Amino acid sequence: MMSRILKYRELLLGAIILALIAAFSLRAPGFATPRNLAGIFNDTSILIILALGQMAVILTKSIDLSVAANLAFTGMAVAMLNAAYPGIPLPLLIGAAMAIGAVLGAVNGFMVWIIGIPPIVATLGTLTIYRGLAFVLSGGAWVNQTQMTSAFLDTPRIPLLGLPLNGWTALLVIAVIAVVFMRTGFGRALYASGGNPTAALYAGIDVGRTRFFAFVLSGTLAGLCGYLWVARYAVAYVDIAAGFELDTVAACVIGGISTLGGIGSVAGAVLGALFLGVIKNALPVIDISPFWQMAISGLVIIIAVLFNARQERRKGRLILRDAARSPAPAAAEGAAA
Amino acid sequence: MKLFARLALGTALGLALVTGAASAETVKIGLVVKSLGNGFFEAANKGAQEAAKELGDVEVIYTGPTSTTAEGQIEVINALIAQKVDAIAVSANDPDAVVPALKKAMQRGIKVISWDSAVGKDGRILHLNPSSNELIGNMCLKLAAAHLPDGKGDFAILSATTTSTNQNTWIAEMKKQLPKYPGLNLVTTVYGDDLADKSYREAQGLLSTHPNVKVIVAPTTVGVLAASQAVKDAGKIGEVFVTGLGLPSEMAGAVHSGATKEFAIWNPIDLGYSATQIAYRLVKKESDGKPGSEIDASRMGKIKIGADGEAAMADPFVYDKSNVDEFAKIF
Repeated sequence: MMSRILKYRELLLGAIILALIAAFSLRAPGFATPRNLAGIFNDTSILIILALGQMAVILTKSIDLSVAANLAFTGMAVAMLNAAYPGIPLPLLIGAAMAIGAVLGAVNGFMVWIIGIPPIVATLGTLTIYRGLAFVLSGGAWVNQTQMTSAFLDTPRIPLLGLPLNGWTALLVIAVIAVVFMRTGFGRALYASGGNPTAALYAGIDVGRTRFFAFVLSGTLAGLCGYLWVARYAVAYVDIAAGFELDTVAACVIGGISTLGGIGSVAGAVLGALFLGVIKNALPVIDISPFWQMAISGLVIIIAVLFNARQERRKGRLILRDAARSPAPAAAEGAAA
Repeated sequence: MKLFARLALGTALGLALVTGAASAETVKIGLVVKSLGNGFFEAANKGAQEAAKELGDVEVIYTGPTSTTAEGQIEVINALIAQKVDAIAVSANDPDAVVPALKKAMQRGIKVISWDSAVGKDGRILHLNPSSNELIGNMCLKLAAAHLPDGKGDFAILSATTTSTNQNTWIAEMKKQLPKYPGLNLVTTVYGDDLADKSYREAQGLLSTHPNVKVIVAPTTVGVLAASQAVKDAGKIGEVFVTGLGLPSEMAGAVHSGATKEFAIWNPIDLGYSATQIAYRLVKKESDGKPGSEIDASRMGKIKIGADGEAAMADPFVYDKSNVDEFAKIF
């Protein structure tokens, strides 16, 4: 029953996106051409990757507000590395970006798991800290196009079958994440520890550890995006992707990932990100006053969330939520430790 | 803080001892910047030293706090007062916080001017702006026309946020002066919010919805850069040009790729030069710096002091292929 509703949701969201594209192309001819659509997907790639990381965290009833700051820090770090040592091969730099991102994500995970700080507070703190560190690292200076190597900047732009490598990276990440979430023990642990922590505990899943690794995953993907972002806009400065963490949360929420944890699909998160991507790309071309754009973006998110809330209510999960909130699991966790 | 003050005073005194012996008649000008180690101000110092060399009997003391704080600047100003400098030219970290210290300086006969970043009216004789809104608006139009055949054609503006005060003032100035450029046609204004990704998408949107737009003018550093990248990625280099206000180090790549031919920004070297010239003329009593008066700034020409004691130096400086690399090293 649940999977049928979920399927229905994703289909519906997909249909809404198609309808939007059709409507926009009425006002802006050429909007629905394959070339432009590939461009939109490419433009949304970074959001998709970040949203998948955010989804892992949200599934465990947490939230990661530090993704954009993590992106800014790692982006700055690899840009400076590239500028200082142009000889370092690109795969190594991308590996470094993901490693730095993973460490920053692990810091979040550590605070939530071991110290027990609520995720929203912990990552609100690291959001500021990571941006601050990016400032400390760079001294506030920009890393400019001329300082970075052309391999560093142009590799994500290489087109392959009409889609730049940047977009292919997103497709690869989607495929890997889909397998991990649906076919591995870690994936099941993510859903279980958010959906019903008590039951997860009795099933032998360490909820805290699962959360930790969800944060590490989110951080790693943010690190990867740090590189992609800097390469895409050919500049690194402290304020890159400011406020982007909210877009990743919005993509998840629109895609039907329950902020209460345990519900949501990879397809949902991807469609949620694409939905935002289509709107963001359409607003400049359909000639809507910039003064209206922000209001429209916000309105669309609220409508999506309203729709979400109704969907969730229908499932009647209240009893389980109460059980999860009672002191029993905490005591059991103590006993298990 | 006390230790820092003592250190600052110590270094300042040391400097004074080393250089003060040169000539008793030397005019000592303290050039106080927002913070040391900033390329923009290093360049301003270069200009100040140039002016000192030209004038001959001037010694410029280039100083400032290590971080952009008003407290640090107050300590530096106090150290300069103790050194008995003849003039102080300051780019303030806070328009009000440094006023008491500067008033103290003026009471002791030190001529105080501010430049780049203004000080409250009570704390200075005059303020030197790098340019004026009118000149900036005019420069943006001039750049747009320079990129169009015969200066005729369509252009669009890519701004920062819809509420950004300086952007809106400059755009209003551009609209006001547009009749001076017949054939130049402003199609639309879009807003990139000074975010790289939004500016990039807005520029992309301009390219697809307004194929007639041949020039995008972005009076903001983030916007001009993102638009250059969008034009490059769309493969429209040579067809559509981007221009506006940007820093040479950031824009060098765009100039070399051909997305931008020319752009403008005030020249910090000229600014440091003019500030030193003005401070010197005030010390020599060649001018009183009152509103309505004019001060000779040698190679920068005569600078007029407007209402509220504010002066505008010159047109923003234009950078192109020939000089962008040289300035990219500076700021």
